[in-house]
Amino acid sequence: MNTTYDVVVVGAGPAGLAAAIEAKKTGAGDVLIIERNDEPGGILPQCIHNGFGSVIFKKDLPGPAYAYNFIEEAKTLGIEIVLDTMVLNITPDKKITAANSRDGFLEFEAGAIILAMGCRERTRANIRVPGDRPAGVFTAGTVQRLVNIEGLMPGKNFVILGSGDIGMIMARRLTLEGANVLKVVELMPCLTGLRRNYVQCLQDFNIPLSLSTTIKRIIGKKRVEAVETVKVDESLNPISGTQETIACDSLLLSVGLIPENELSKKAGVILDPLTGGPAVDENMATNINGIYAAGNVVTIYDLVDYVSKAGMIAGTNAALYTMGKSSSPKYYRLIPGDGVRSVVPQRINTSNIALKSSSTEILIELRVLHEFDSKVFIDIMDGDKVLYSHMEKYARPAEMITLRVDTSKLAGATGDLTVVVSSK
Amino acid sequence: MKNKYDVVIIGSGIIGSLTARYLSRYNLSVLVVEKEIDVGMCPSSANSAIIHAGYDPKPGTMKAEMNAKGNRIWHSLAPELGIVFEKTGSLVVATSEDDVSKLKQLQEQAAANNIPGVEILDKEQLKTREPLINPEAVAALWAPTAAVLDPFGAVLAAAENAVANGVTYLFETEFTDFIIDSGRITGIRTTKGDFICRRVINAAGLYADEVTRKAGARIDFSITPRKGSYLIFDPMKITLKNVIFPVPSEMGKGILASTTTHGNVLIGPNNEACDGKNDTATGEDGLMEVFNGAKRLIPSLDLKNVIAQYCGVRAKGNGTGDFIVEKASEVQGLINLLGIESPGFASAPAIALRVIELLKESGEKLEEKPDWNPVRKPFPHFHRMSNVERKKLIAKNPAYGRIVCRCEEITEGEILDAIHSPVPARTYDGIKRRTWMGTGRCQGAFDYPRVIAILSRELGIPAEEVTKKGKGSELVYRGTKECAQ
Ligand SMILES: Cc1cc2nc3c(=O)[nH]c(=O)nc-3n(C[C@H](O)[C@H](O)[C@H](O)COP(=O)(O)OP(=O)(O)OC[C@H]3O[C@@H](n4cnc5c(N)ncnc54)[C@H](O)[C@@H]3O)c2cc1C
Ligand SMILES: Cc1cc2nc3c(=O)[nH]c(=O)nc-3n(C[C@H](O)[C@H](O)[C@H](O)COP(=O)(O)OP(=O)(O)OC[C@H]3O[C@@H](n4cnc5c(N)ncnc54)[C@H](O)[C@@H]3O)c2cc1C
Repeated sequence: MNTTYDVVVVGAGPAGLAAAIEAKKTGAGDVLIIERNDEPGGILPQCIHNGFGSVIFKKDLPGPAYAYNFIEEAKTLGIEIVLDTMVLNITPDKKITAANSRDGFLEFEAGAIILAMGCRERTRANIRVPGDRPAGVFTAGTVQRLVNIEGLMPGKNFVILGSGDIGMIMARRLTLEGANVLKVVELMPCLTGLRRNYVQCLQDFNIPLSLSTTIKRIIGKKRVEAVETVKVDESLNPISGTQETIACDSLLLSVGLIPENELSKKAGVILDPLTGGPAVDENMATNINGIYAAGNVVTIYDLVDYVSKAGMIAGTNAALYTMGKSSSPKYYRLIPGDGVRSVVPQRINTSNIALKSSSTEILIELRVLHEFDSKVFIDIMDGDKVLYSHMEKYARPAEMITLRVDTSKLAGATGDLTVVVSSK
Repeated sequence: MKNKYDVVIIGSGIIGSLTARYLSRYNLSVLVVEKEIDVGMCPSSANSAIIHAGYDPKPGTMKAEMNAKGNRIWHSLAPELGIVFEKTGSLVVATSEDDVSKLKQLQEQAAANNIPGVEILDKEQLKTREPLINPEAVAALWAPTAAVLDPFGAVLAAAENAVANGVTYLFETEFTDFIIDSGRITGIRTTKGDFICRRVINAAGLYADEVTRKAGARIDFSITPRKGSYLIFDPMKITLKNVIFPVPSEMGKGILASTTTHGNVLIGPNNEACDGKNDTATGEDGLMEVFNGAKRLIPSLDLKNVIAQYCGVRAKGNGTGDFIVEKASEVQGLINLLGIESPGFASAPAIALRVIELLKESGEKLEEKPDWNPVRKPFPHFHRMSNVERKKLIAKNPAYGRIVCRCEEITEGEILDAIHSPVPARTYDGIKRRTWMGTGRCQGAFDYPRVIAILSRELGIPAEEVTKKGKGSELVYRGTKECAQ
């Protein structure tokens, strides 16, 4: 291991692996990935269900197989991966401290840094489920790790709060492992995960879903003995008289993910309050020169393929930066307008869109604010002028929309751009 | 198992453990019996964690005397026992002219109780001390000697120091009755057998009424539990510098906003009826009452940033409401510590020293041990170290290089220290309270699988026997489906 690297990537998940690979291929010298887990792949080794790779590999792969392709390529390219190692701090001048039990306390200097730390799960306290505090309340990702990696079953009779993807996938997984999943309850009037997971994981296994319902109280001194559910009205307030007590020994929470950005903040990276991740440009550059970010650390993605693609973009540009091939850019902002909850990137390089002749593609990821059950148009506006328009058959907050925009379409932009969604 | 001791202490809360620690100075064999699996489970680890300055109790009461004395002792005791202790000072905030006159009354009370340095701050001074304070605040009472500490850490430190000086702790050992011979206590019965002893100290907290009744002493004394709930905030989102109270009412000190020694904002407690002494369930109404109450002090609090909630149970005694610290008159050999509610923590060292006095008055010849060591060194805390210190620590023991809890940066080395300490952690919560593991933003989501593996390995038990807080709170119950060979 060296003490200086051209590019250091934090996190060996799909974003970090793709970023390191592209950085190397673009011409960066020494590339290092630092990963706190004991194996590379990020969240994927525990995602043993399929549903990965439809865009990049045109295949329906399980998570570990998807990761394997990237891990092998990284090894072939001579990228160093240091495992079991936690990055503790990053400074704006790109000094990194980390620790493990093999090499001790580590200090690195990097030409460029790519943040690829992924996300963490929202917990019981984040959503303030009142009641007792017994054993048996777990987040869905923790249970996924216990079951799929450690080979341990944390309960017999489960209730799941939240219709997020991990929760639904775990409902099926636990059922296959011989547990009873009694019910999935969801606060919102609609599903928060992907529809395909609802069909394949709940419907196919006859697991009931109660929408507009939440957990009012956890009961049990030592281990969960029951949960009390309650229906909520349109403004999400509990409707009295609708309480129901369900006897169970485990409550699984699948109530959302939060980008993991403690390190980003230490490095002085500015976060977008709408996504919880770094505000980036279309090259995945943050506000700090030479610090890039990609994957769930930036915004929560539905599909891993787009995580890898974002990683590639970050990797290429981080390498170009260390090779002195990037100039200090000027930006137009990309602003979420009517009907849009969040947009990534948050800004676009003016030089990238000024050249009418060039036609590079940029990826724009957005989430809508509410459900549109029929045809919608997503427009990128320069004032009143529509520069780009895209149609989708429907739009739901739970499903990320990816626009592949040819930069020539944006040529002639005169200032900040707004993204709006409407059913026209 | 040894079954004969000079002194038995019932309860390992802050009162029982500090009494054990001060008693460990003398040539006596001392046993602490605790019904739970660990020291100070509740309420000594679920409270506001404030070492009150002492202006609040009515002059002339036992509470006033013990609080003023206790606060003074804590300032030197905390460093001696390696307890994290922050000298924050405290503010009582007035939002109206009416309130200001109450501040003046409190200031007079402070003088009567001999509390140093208490003064009234104007709006500007208050704003400088606490920039996030409600702009409608007009003045505040400032008490510089108030402090906050890590309450569980304090109980643990006292217990570890007691054990290091020869005291025995028995856990999951519940006192069930006294053995009394012609008006004199000669032993106790417990769920783990009988123990012969000369003296018993009743430091059973919430259950002290039930214990004393078994001796036929103070049979009219009874405890009505009252709950108080708290919310804890992400220190990355909001921090406070002070302990901030509203102006007190007949109901008590009110819902306060404070900082933990860990830098989190803590708000609470409210005052709710309990469904039994072990009812520590939080409720949405109670939590909202806490939130709305604290928002009157700090308007910028945001529910989105809450990372934990808990509930403590007060040992509210009937009668005058004052602490009872006395030799039982109905039976010989019993010292009763009853109704030790707030400011019980602040008063604890003074109460413990008063117990020593009472033992002397009862005729115990307390001979000092020549080799008594009053100092307890805390275990290393990676998170609080400089890079140079971290480097040295990992070089000494590589286990400190493996971070198990990502939010609080707790290392495997610290977890091993907790499991192998003089008062060992044997559960997930035991490690959590000793190291602060799992108390950050992810609330343990990341470390559960890792800690189950470490506890299973270190205690030599299967993963299925690893518990959150003792028998009945197992975390996993079997391996995944066995495949046919
Ligand atoms: C249960 C579940 C089911 C899913 N199902 C599908 C699906 O069917 N199809 C699909 O396309 N997508 C699916 N996804 C989404 C996909 O897995 C994620 O979008 C993708 O893994 C995100 O990649 P990432 O690299 O951004 O983050 P991660 O995979 O989370 O990787 C981040 C890595 O960074 C490391 N790290 C973080 N902080 C540090 C630090 N300080 N020091 C060192 N290392 C650090 C972490 O250990 C981790 O390995 C699913 C996700 C989950 C959780
Ligand atoms: C909400 C709340 C907030 C508070 N805030 C503050 C504050 O900010 N400052 C302050 O100074 N004070 C505060 N207090 C008061 C303080 O917490 C208590 O006074 C103090 O913790 C009491 O300690 P203890 O050792 O007497 O009791 P406990 O902590 O109750 O310990 C008694 C022990 O005895 C054990 N026990 C009981 N029965 C038996 C039995 N039969 N056999 C064996 N063991 C038994 C119990 O398991 C327990 O461990 C607060 C209290 C509450 C509830």
